[in-house]
Amino acid sequence: MMPEISLNVLDVTENSTRAGAKLVSILIQADHQADTLTIRIQDDGCGMTPEQVEQVVDPFFTTRTTRKVGLGIPFYKYAAESTGGSFSIRSQVGVGTEVTAVFGLSHIDRMPLGDITSTIHTLIVYHPETDFVYTYQIDERSFVLDTREFKEILGDVPFSEPEVSQYIFEYLTENKNEVDQGAVL
Amino acid sequence: MKTLAELKAIREKMQNQVGLRAEDHNHTRVVVGMATCGIAAGARPVLTKLSQEIQERGLTEKVAVTQTGCIGLCQYEPIVEVMVPGEPKVTYIRMNEEKAVEVVNRHLVGGHVVDEYTLGATDMK
Repeated sequence: MMPEISLNVLDVTENSTRAGAKLVSILIQADHQADTLTIRIQDDGCGMTPEQVEQVVDPFFTTRTTRKVGLGIPFYKYAAESTGGSFSIRSQVGVGTEVTAVFGLSHIDRMPLGDITSTIHTLIVYHPETDFVYTYQIDERSFVLDTREFKEILGDVPFSEPEVSQYIFEYLTENKNEVDQGAVL
Repeated sequence: MKTLAELKAIREKMQNQVGLRAEDHNHTRVVVGMATCGIAAGARPVLTKLSQEIQERGLTEKVAVTQTGCIGLCQYEPIVEVMVPGEPKVTYIRMNEEKAVEVVNRHLVGGHVVDEYTLGATDMK
């Protein structure tokens, strides 16, 4: 089991990039009225057949060849469902995959969101060939980071360039603060 | 609040410097395993620390940090592989932020493998 939700986001999104996604949308949305924390990761990767979708929530299924169990998705699903939330995967071969986990926001068993800024920063900097649209929303306040906007400005200057990488981290940190006013999810 | 104008300024400053740094065969590669097993064991902070430290020691010209999937030794995660051109690959296991700093200082800067953190130092069955 991952100690924080942001590590599940990293894990699921790594799968998106391995599925050849060109664009991945990541939504983190807390809604105090509905008492939910929704995490949605949507990609345009290779997608899965209905049989495969059924298999990924089974701990004894994995595409890797190094061993016979895959626990990423089963634990993630369990973590969401054990807080009175829900979990779903919608996927179509050749179109993409959408993984949605809804957690009970105030549920005692909900693990913390954790360091989501580091997760998003890691994804952006180490997957320069993939575009990301990241939305962080709490009730009515939100901010969006679209790496395509960054790339348009940067041209051939890569994200791995130390100053750029630092800028992205600060952009994420400052905008997140603006949205949640330092509150910990 | 960060604005895109700041990014434009960085771009203008960098414009003339980049390009010289294109990947070449003399690059040392540092690879971090980032599959479920690695992430669960703490690979994300290790990756961040490595990249910070390499930046601070001014090694970005000759060291490239990248990530990979499951290496197949999940019980030893977080795993960091160091590939110096012309030398055998070194596999560091059960890494954490402190060990990462040490590997940068002793191996990447000093040129000496930190033997006690390598896979070879364990009694692998």
